[in-house]
Amino acid sequence: MEATANATATLESNLWGGGVEPMKASYGKLMMWFFLISDTFTFSALLVTYGMIRFSFPGYDGPTADFVSSPLYWPIPEKIFDALPLLHGVTAPLIFVGIMTFILIFSSVTMVLAVEAGHRMDKADVEKYMLWTILGGAAFLGCQAWEWTHFIHGTDEGSVFKQIVDGKWVEKTIFGANLTENQYGPAAFADLFFFITGFHGTHVFSGVILNILIFFRSSTGFYDRRGSYEMVEKVGLYWHFVDLVWVFVFTFFYLV
Amino acid sequence: MANAKEYDKEAGAAHRKVIWNTFLILLAITVAEFTIAFSIENEGTGRFIRISIFIIMTIVKAGYIIGEFMHLRHEAKSLFWTILLPIVFVAWLLGALMWEGGSIFASHHP
Repeated sequence: MEATANATATLESNLWGGGVEPMKASYGKLMMWFFLISDTFTFSALLVTYGMIRFSFPGYDGPTADFVSSPLYWPIPEKIFDALPLLHGVTAPLIFVGIMTFILIFSSVTMVLAVEAGHRMDKADVEKYMLWTILGGAAFLGCQAWEWTHFIHGTDEGSVFKQIVDGKWVEKTIFGANLTENQYGPAAFADLFFFITGFHGTHVFSGVILNILIFFRSSTGFYDRRGSYEMVEKVGLYWHFVDLVWVFVFTFFYLV
Repeated sequence: MANAKEYDKEAGAAHRKVIWNTFLILLAITVAEFTIAFSIENEGTGRFIRISIFIIMTIVKAGYIIGEFMHLRHEAKSLFWTILLPIVFVAWLLGALMWEGGSIFASHHP
């Protein structure tokens, strides 16, 4: 820590213009924190929406084993998210989303290792760990693409829902999900799935782009010439934030 | 640069150890969450216990990510509280609108 502080101090002797660093953080780092707190509010809005809509629907009221989807009550997530790629027909509740969680947490670890290597001005280590982080981010996005595809296409059997059409009750088999109807439960369930995981996925995508940029600039020796790897730290903050949001999405969308 | 070399030998190794320990804690909590998801029955009081444990574990995980990975625990106290205090309002809004959702439910299912 001392090393970074000293390096920054010699670089910018006037610091923020008044001779002091407010909150003992560099300008860029503090602004990243303020951006993240505003992004927290955006994600919170989605989470709050989920909470309110979830509580305005009845829950499923019976033994978990006998659960069948219906638009009348909220589904049990472990009964919906139970598929794995390449293992068609195998029931593996929450396993795939567990793998995604692991990938994202692990990419957060490699990111913080890159930040630590940056403190040591160790160019090779920064590049190595940035590559692992980019790989983790890309793997997560790939998993999410599969998750969405499966969610949209649905299961082989679909779900038989009763609906009123022209004043008469008719039975209709629904496969998969879109924004107006889905085989898993109320329309709002799929809507929230698309909005929340989609908004998070967009953040992961932006993060991967930023990580690639950092890797590129690091490998061309840009940060060595600048004398500081602090940019790795700033993008690292963003990347950890994306991981942090996923921790909440995982709990409130998939577990509870 | 002299400082940077020193960091390499001593603090660097200690910091890396903290990073890997934090990872192990996060991993252990996630594994525990999975175990609970399939061992405690999702009905009656079991449901209440499950949700309480999940929420506590999520907050613990978030604490480790923000505190260690994002390094907030080691920043100036003013920065620490500037980031954390606004979350109180988020928690309040979340609680308030879940309450509101319950009222909507009650009005639909009298």
